[in-house]
Amino acid sequence: MPVLELKGVSKHFGAIHALDDIDFALDRGEVLGLMGDNGAGKSTLVKMIAGNFPPGSGTIAIDGGTVEFRKPLDARARGIEVVYQDLALCNNLTAAANVFLGRELMTTFMGLPRLDHRRMVQRATELFAELRSETRPSDFVRQMSGGQRQAVAIARTRLAAAKVVLLDEPTAAISVRQVAEVLELIRKLKAAGVAVILISHRMPDVFTVCDRVMVLRRGRKVADKPIGETSPEEVTGLITGAIHAL
Amino acid sequence: MHGQAGQAARRLRWTLSVVTQPAWITLAVLAIGAVMCLISPAFRTYDNIYNDARNFAFIAIMAMGQMTVIITGGIDLSVGAVMGLTGIVTGLVLQAGYPLWVGVIAGLGVALLCGLINGIAVAKLNLSPFIVTLGMLSVARSQALVLSNNKMVYQFGPDEQLFVAIGGGDLFGIPSIVIVMVAIGVVLTILLNHSRWGRYLYALGSNEHASRLTGIPVEAVKISAYMFSSLTAGIAAILMVGWLGAVTNALGTAYELRVIASTVIGGVDLMGGIGTAYGAIIGAALIEVVRNALLLAGVDPYWQGTFVGVVIACAVLLERLRHRRSD
Ligand SMILES: Nc1ncnc2c1ncn2[C@@H]1O[C@H](COP(=O)(O)OP(=O)(O)OP(=O)(O)O)[C@@H](O)[C@H]1O
Ligand SMILES: [Mg+2]
Repeated sequence: MPVLELKGVSKHFGAIHALDDIDFALDRGEVLGLMGDNGAGKSTLVKMIAGNFPPGSGTIAIDGGTVEFRKPLDARARGIEVVYQDLALCNNLTAAANVFLGRELMTTFMGLPRLDHRRMVQRATELFAELRSETRPSDFVRQMSGGQRQAVAIARTRLAAAKVVLLDEPTAAISVRQVAEVLELIRKLKAAGVAVILISHRMPDVFTVCDRVMVLRRGRKVADKPIGETSPEEVTGLITGAIHAL
Repeated sequence: MHGQAGQAARRLRWTLSVVTQPAWITLAVLAIGAVMCLISPAFRTYDNIYNDARNFAFIAIMAMGQMTVIITGGIDLSVGAVMGLTGIVTGLVLQAGYPLWVGVIAGLGVALLCGLINGIAVAKLNLSPFIVTLGMLSVARSQALVLSNNKMVYQFGPDEQLFVAIGGGDLFGIPSIVIVMVAIGVVLTILLNHSRWGRYLYALGSNEHASRLTGIPVEAVKISAYMFSSLTAGIAAILMVGWLGAVTNALGTAYELRVIASTVIGGVDLMGGIGTAYGAIIGAALIEVVRNALLLAGVDPYWQGTFVGVVIACAVLLERLRHRRSD
């Protein structure tokens, strides 16, 4: 049974058809590359799966059961974690505070609830070590590099036992070495049985870690192929519309 | 190597830019105070310092409430008017012969209601905080006038003595209002640093969209900030009426300016996301010390507003400069 399945999903913003009748399924431990030109609807698809807005029509199912998320928290409760394209971090807080934002660890002080700074820093340190990132938990996000911010956003997805992790252009704005780190992390997620959707404009990334690639063009799915049965040239053609598939 | 040094320098600059505004202002308050003590025998009297402390404590209490709103990226222009309305309501309830606790609950209840309305209008209806609280300023001031029928209230029923003793009294020579200010400051500092509420205030002031995505109850947090701001205005009102021994509907007129100025001087960022309780207190202290110094220096009191205005403008300018450096 697929861990995530979309059937006939559409979404339009006014006259713009951001997504048009999308079907696909994703198994445990599968990594799906999601590609498409700017404005093809990739982020819209991710945001919808993550519960930011409901599909205009069609259904989303998790582990075979149809779900209707009304807010991001609902999706998170069902094991869906997202790294957004704009990372969604708070510059004025530390890395550890950002990792735990919305699910702070608490302790008590004289019977009253208080933030457990120590444990959050500790856990964040572990997570960053796991990601082999040099991010320091007590640094403010404002003073961080693109790669460090990325690590903070990704560390967030590791807090809970996620079933599906959605990564919206995690390798856009970071160095070559850091790209390798992110790809390594995706492999770890896969090994742990997590299903991953990786949005990227970078062909090499997709062809190194993904099992399948799905191409969107103007809101429509134009291809969904195992990585071994396609090539960067073909995918490029599908993205630009030079090749008409399906 | 170079990168590491660069990062260390960046961190240092960032630390300086955050920590030092209240620290600088503290230095300024101490310096002005020290100079005044040296040159003015009138300044260094116990009575003068006692009065200074009392004057600024009212503003400081409200500045702490205001600060929580500004951290979320909002602003509360209604605090002076809410103070007036709370003072009148409490005064009238006491005048009608009810015990003190009823008067206090009625007053604070009205203040909280004003904050709730502000908060709902801003958080749920997505109206501009500036416009919403400007509207509340007008409504609350007008209601104070309606309820008081433009008459002064100066009889406070059976608990009058207690009421006056609490507002105007002191403990070990420290005015009660100063003790309340310190208590609120300590509690607020703890909440801002060690509670979810505090963390969420900062988070949503920095990135509201991100806060929503992580599941922070953005609306509830915003509403709570406006309610807290009104509550501090209510507390200040009740203590001030007790101290003055009388209340008119003009209580707190134009206080919003001094309150907001205190927060800005104390390093609160009007763009949201940055601020401390201590900063709000020390900002209020600076205004009071400057005001008092000018007065003792024989400067025409009519000029006070001009000087205070210049101090505010300088504080905002300083903030802008620091920002440019740290970004
Ligand atoms: N909230 C919204 N309101 C209106 N239109 C929207 C909204 N979000 C997205 N769109 C539109 O939907 C279309 C798809 O946008 P989307 O962000 O999903 O593209 P994308 O594939 O992620 O592009 P990119 O590669 O640039 O990130 C675009 O035409 C965009 O302008
Ligand atoms: Mg996108």
